[in-house]
Parts: sequence; C-alpha cells; structure tokens
Amino acid sequence: MATSDSPNIKKLQVRRYPPEENPKKTYLTEERGLWAWMTTVDHKKIGWLYLSSIAFFFFVAGVLALLLRTELLTPSQSFITADTYNQLFTLHGAIMVFFFLVPSVPAALGNFILPLQLGCKDVAFPRVNLLSFYIYVAGAIIVLTAIFTGGVDTGWTFYTPYSSSAAGGNIMMMTFGVFVLGFSSILTGLNFIVTIHRMRSPGLTWNKLPLFLWGLYATSVIQILATPVLAITLLLLTMERLLGIGIFDPAIGGDPVLYQHFFWFYSHPAVYIMIVPGFGIISEIITTFSRKHIFGYWAIALSSLAIAFIGFLVWGHHMFVAGQSSLANMVFSFLTFLVGIPTGIKIFNWVATMYKGSIDLKTPMLYAMSFLFLFMIGGFTGIMLGALSVDIHLHDTYYVVAHFHYVMMGGMVFAFLGGLHYWWPKMTGKMYNEFWAKISLLILFIGFNLTFLPQFVMGSLGMPRRYFNYLEQFQGYHQLSTWGAYLLGVGFVIMAVYLFHSMRNGKQAKANPWGSRSLEWQASSPPPLHNFEHHTPVIIHGSYDYHKPMSEFQLGIPTSHNGHGEEETVTPEPGPAEEADK
Amino acid sequence: MNRLFDFMLPPEKSTTAGEVDALFHFITEVSLILLLGITAVMLYFAFKYRRKSEDETTPLITHNNTLEITWSVIPLILVLIVFSWGYQGYLAKTNPPDDAYEIRAVATSWLWQFHYQNGHVSTNELHVPANRPVRIIMSSDDVIHSFYVPDYRVKMDVLPNRYTQVWFEATEPGESVLYCAEYCGTAHSDMLADVIVHTQEDFELWLETGDAIDEDLSPAELGEQLVQRQGCMACHSTDGTVLQGPSFLGAFGRDRELTDGTTVTIDENYIRQSLLEPNTQVAAGFQPIMPSYAASLNDRQIDAIIEYLKTLEE
Repeated sequence: MATSDSPNIKKLQVRRYPPEENPKKTYLTEERGLWAWMTTVDHKKIGWLYLSSIAFFFFVAGVLALLLRTELLTPSQSFITADTYNQLFTLHGAIMVFFFLVPSVPAALGNFILPLQLGCKDVAFPRVNLLSFYIYVAGAIIVLTAIFTGGVDTGWTFYTPYSSSAAGGNIMMMTFGVFVLGFSSILTGLNFIVTIHRMRSPGLTWNKLPLFLWGLYATSVIQILATPVLAITLLLLTMERLLGIGIFDPAIGGDPVLYQHFFWFYSHPAVYIMIVPGFGIISEIITTFSRKHIFGYWAIALSSLAIAFIGFLVWGHHMFVAGQSSLANMVFSFLTFLVGIPTGIKIFNWVATMYKGSIDLKTPMLYAMSFLFLFMIGGFTGIMLGALSVDIHLHDTYYVVAHFHYVMMGGMVFAFLGGLHYWWPKMTGKMYNEFWAKISLLILFIGFNLTFLPQFVMGSLGMPRRYFNYLEQFQGYHQLSTWGAYLLGVGFVIMAVYLFHSMRNGKQAKANPWGSRSLEWQASSPPPLHNFEHHTPVIIHGSYDYHKPMSEFQLGIPTSHNGHGEEETVTPEPGPAEEADK
Repeated sequence: MNRLFDFMLPPEKSTTAGEVDALFHFITEVSLILLLGITAVMLYFAFKYRRKSEDETTPLITHNNTLEITWSVIPLILVLIVFSWGYQGYLAKTNPPDDAYEIRAVATSWLWQFHYQNGHVSTNELHVPANRPVRIIMSSDDVIHSFYVPDYRVKMDVLPNRYTQVWFEATEPGESVLYCAEYCGTAHSDMLADVIVHTQEDFELWLETGDAIDEDLSPAELGEQLVQRQGCMACHSTDGTVLQGPSFLGAFGRDRELTDGTTVTIDENYIRQSLLEPNTQVAAGFQPIMPSYAASLNDRQIDAIIEYLKTLEE
C-alpha cells in the first residue's frame, strides 16, 4: 500500500462502509423461482445447489452405513446376504468419497464464501461454475443408474483384477460416472485459482488472504493436478473391460499392482482435497471466536501448500504389503512422516491462537475444538500406520477403517459442520437454535467416538476390514460400534430438524453476528445479489486484525482515484472517515 | 511386561511379534501423552480466556519463531525415530533366514491350499513346525488375496501374476487364525484357515501320515469333517442355500443340468469327477471356479465325502 513517501501513489479517501441490517433485497429475494435457480450463475445459489446435493448424498450413504452396522450386530448373517453387504459397503464408500467429501467444502461452502472473502461479485467464470455443477449432477445420475441396474461390489477402490474380471455388477457405468464427476472437480479448482489470482479486492494482498482461501487454493491445485490421473485410470480400466487390452488384468498380460499405483496416485492427494479446505475453516472459526489474530499466519498458509505438495509423493503407503520393493516402501514411509509435520504445525498454531484470546464457546467454536481432538487421534494413528513394521500388522484391518473415519469424519465432516454453522447466518440470514445445536454436537461427538474407538481395538486385535462374517471374539466391539452409529444418526436427525426450522422460523441474523473481522461478514446477511452493494470494497485491515476494537475496524469504499468505477463524489461521513494508508 | 495398551494386541506367537508390539506401544503411549496434553491446554485456554465482555480486545501476537521451531523440530525428531524403528522391524520381517522351511501356498477364491516339500497338500490348514523359520511362497489363482496371521503380526498380499513371500517363526505349538485380508468377493470373510503349529517331531509325523489320525471315524463322519476342513462350505451349503456352488442338501441321486445343456445324475462317479476335475462338468447357472482336489484328497477321503453327501437327504 501507498505510504506518504512514495509520491507516485495517490492517497485514497475511503469511508467506513457498514453493512445494511435486515436487507430488503438479497440474493434470495432476487431471481426467484425454480428456473432461475436452475440456471443461476450466482456463486451463492450454486453453492446452495451443491449443498443440497451433497446433503442428499450424505443422507443416502449415511443410511447405507447404518444398514452395514446393523448387519454387523451378529457374527454371521443378520438380515442381508454377503453380496448385498459387499454392494452396500462399496456404495457407502464411493458415494461418501466422490459425492460428499470431495465436493463438500470447496464446491458448497467454498463457492458461497470465496467471492465474499475476496470482495468480488462472483467467481471468475460464473458459467463454468454452473457447468461444473451440472457435470456433477450428470456423474451422479450415471452412478445412481449403475446402482439400480445391478450393484457394484468391488469396494470404493475398484481394485483389479477383481474389478476387471470376476465381479459382476455394473462397474463399467459406475466408473464412468466417477470419471464424469472428475471434470466437475477440475473445473471448480480452475475457477477458484483464477478467481483468487485475478479478483482480489484492492488492498487484499497475498499476506492478507484469509486462510480459508489459502486452503481452497492448495486444494484447487491438487484437484487440477491429481484428478486427471483418476480419469486416465478409469479410462484404462474401461478399455480393458470393453476392448480386452491387458493393462491391469494378469489373465491378459496386465499388472494388478500397476492399477493400485494409478489409483492411489489420485486417491491419496484426494484425501488432502477433502481435508485441506477443512483446515481453512478451522482457522477462520478459531480466530473469530477467540477474537484473536491468527498465530503463525504464514506457517498455516504455507503448510497447506506443503501438505498439497508432499501429499503427491506418499501414495505408496497404501501398498506396503502389496508387493512393492523394500526401497519403495522405505521412501514412501519416510515421506509419509514428513507430511505429518506441517499438519502438526497447524494444530499447535491453532491452539496458540486461543492463548490470551476472548473465547466464546458458540457452536462453531465447539465444532472446531472437537475437530482438533478427533483429528489429532486421526493423525497419531496415521503415524502408527506409516511405521512400516506396524503397518504390516494393521494394514487392511479395522484399525485403518477407524483411522480413516477419524480423519475424514472426525476431521473433515466436523470441520464442514463447523463451517456450516459458522456461515449459516450469512447464507440464510437466519440464526439457528444454539441450544439444540450444542445438544446435537454432543450426541455426534459421543456417537462418533463410540462408533470408531472400538474399531481401533478390534483392528489391532486382528479383525480384517470388509468382512461380512466375523469371529465371535469381536462381537462386543462390533455391537458398541453399531450403537455408536445409531447415536450418530440421532445427532444428524436433530441437526436436520433445527436447521430446517431455522430456515423458516429462525431469528433474523445480524450482518456480523460473531463480530468477525473477515470480509464476508462485512456484507449484509444474507448478502445482496452482487455481494457488496456499492462498490468493490477496499481492504484496509487484515481479516484477523482483532487487536483493535470493532469501531476502529476499517473496510472502505473508495471515494476516488483507485481505479474502480467512475470518478464520483462520495461525501465522507462524519465520524470514522480515515485515510486508507496508515 | 504389562503395558497400558496390551488389551489392543493379540498374543505374541512369533519371534518378530515383540518388535512390532514394542513400537506399537511406544507410538500409542507418546500419542496419548501428546493428545491429552494438547487437549488439556486447549480446554484450559477455553476456560481461562473465556469472553467476559463483548468489547474485549486481544493482544496482537502474530508469531514466535523460537516456539514454532521447537514444535516443528520435536515432532520431526519423534517421527524420525518412529520411521527408523519401523523400517528396521520391517527389514527383519521381510528377510527370511536362509535355513527357513519352505511351504508353497496357493490362494483361490475362497480357500487356501498349502503344498509341502514332500508333495503333501492341505486345504485351509497350514501345518508348521515350532521354533523353526518358515517361509511361505505364495501366489493366487484368480484375484488378489492377502495372507494375514494377527498372532504372528505378518501380512502379505497374494498376487495372481507373481510370487510373494512371507516368513515367520512360531514360538510354541498351538493354533492361530489365518485371514484373507484383501477383499476378494462374496465369501471373502469366510476365507479363513487354521495355522497349526506342531513340535518338530509331530510336524514330521504329520507330514508322513497326513490325516491318518482319522482312522477310527466312520466314512460319513470323516466325510463331514473333510467337507468342513477342506473349505467346501465357503461355496456349498448343507441346508439348501445356494451360494457360489449348488447346495449339497438332497443333491445325491438327483439329475443335474450342466452348462453345456446335457444332464447327468449325481452319483458316485459324478462326485469323484467333480472333486478331481471340477470344471469339466459344471452345473448350469454356476461359474467354473472350483479348484481341483486331486492333490489334496486320497481315495479313502473321496469315498468318505461321497458317503457323507449320501446322508444329506431333504
């Protein structure tokens, strides 16, 4: 920014720009009707389209999980056959990963928040944004068709040669659906990168970029680089099945382990596609509810990029017992531990941010703290699985299942829910019932641990994953796990009820109910169709500047000479009118 | 030694299990300390610095290099310890001693067959001597399986297009469970086998005589045991349920349609043929996936199975 001794840059007159409370015109009241929603290019509406779709898929895959857990109440068949069970766990995994986890934060929350945090009207390519949603829908329809025309029972990893020869079911169509879906992911990533590079408001320099956006940025890079590999893999699989070209199937001269390399080259970075934006949410929540500047801004921002980068080089840790060479195993094990370091740094930084804060334990903050606890368990057990000799014992057992769910559900889903509760007033303009939100969180927290802690124990005792029948010695653990899953179900039902209730009957939300310094809260709730009614805002303070009282917090619209809009005269208001450059 | 997380691990029954367990305990205990420590600090901050008024401002603390380097380097040292410890254990677990006794294992959906050096074959039972390194050379007839014995802390995928190996040294006579750990379809969770550890003398006796201990059983009783032990039940039920293969219930004496359109009567010869060359006469509606038992059953045992099937009347 300009200072008084750099004569070439003009001083900028700004005036404080308070958001309108109880706005009459919002993005929800304009362009109404089903058709307007279906053809909207507004990033906020597209965010809602994604949010409702992923909520639907989360519900479907969640119900599948409850069916699986119910079947596992007894060691032998309870109420479904082994083939049905195998199809159900395949669907649970595939739907959760490809239709919920991957698009959840970037496409749903990210779409809504990213332009607001940048201070722009929309993403760089609004039509491409809508296109990527419809590609997602097309992928989903293809996969649903595959389900109803004969299930797929390969597991969400589609390992060859099982998936290319022996298995029945409509695996061709299923993989095609996932293939289509990948393009949606790529387009969203591209859109975000361009938007962050080109459309930041004046004053929003890289070192003021909100950490949520750093998270989305790192995620988008992975999406663009890794997703094509998945597409290539699924294409090769399809060629093998359709044309009989031996690539992965040993019966016709292929190599099944090659498939695993391809698959994990995408799917391991994909895990970071799922979790890194979650990290961003946690940074936003913890600063807002601690009213405190983030501790170690650059450490957190760069660690997201470090995770994105190293995350590309660790795929082989899924194959420690798959027949890889000892050297490869050693290298992959080593890199796996390296990726733990930036993750650990983030955790320490978040806790340090709370030091000397002004902490308000609202629902989003409680979600963030639950996230920290659960994600640490996920991380530590990841260290366990990265240790070569121990992994030999734990590989493909329930220990891995529990680890994965602690990272993905305890980590990612809790971060997502925290973000949902944090931005809910902005998205809907309504407050939810704080009491029920906390009750629901408590039930989810207990239910989650009850479901997955026993799985660590049975896993290390030797219970392999993907087992329909199991030895009686594991029954106690399985039953605990099932009761925990039912509790989780109850928690989610309560959440659905109070969120729907809030949409219809919730209290009107203030523009900035949490007293956040971040830019999206300086727009009204819900925001107008083009986000910042008057102009592109000028960013004077960073989004974590909590060391000054709110009354001094500056977010201006330009009065003149900043290159945005016509030369127009804005009468400075009496009171907090200041120069931009301090 | 009694440790806090002993309840999480199965008994140690191989020479390399202790090494794995030591690292498991180390990681779990250090993790627990860190988890509780960090959580306690977080909860303490949440209480100590709870919001007292709406107008509070907070100090500007942007970073602290000393602190940040400390909490990057200490975890780095910890994970380097874990890495080298794990790699060391891994080398020990993957490099079999030269004098190891070799057994050849073949995995098929959904059973295990073990071929011993004297030509003896056992199905779903792995017989090994105690206190002697055993090296298993494995391959698969179809999809990927995985050889997993929790008591020995060993696991290795079994691949269709190459050999993989696993080795262990059982420390005492007894039995352990062998699981298939790589998902392989319908009866994946039934693809279990028993690992039976003998003393050296008993092992040699077993190799000589095989299943001769069954002398005093009636043929039908022996047949029932064999059907259970040889993995038949993974695909064939005895209660009429149709699995990957037709049910045995009431099968004997009935006519059966084959995939080539012809019909045979299920008699002694058909059963014998089905055991020795199973995929020459496949029942209509089923896949030709049954492995041959030519190497693992002798005539007396085949007779016993026939006698047993005769008893399964509807």
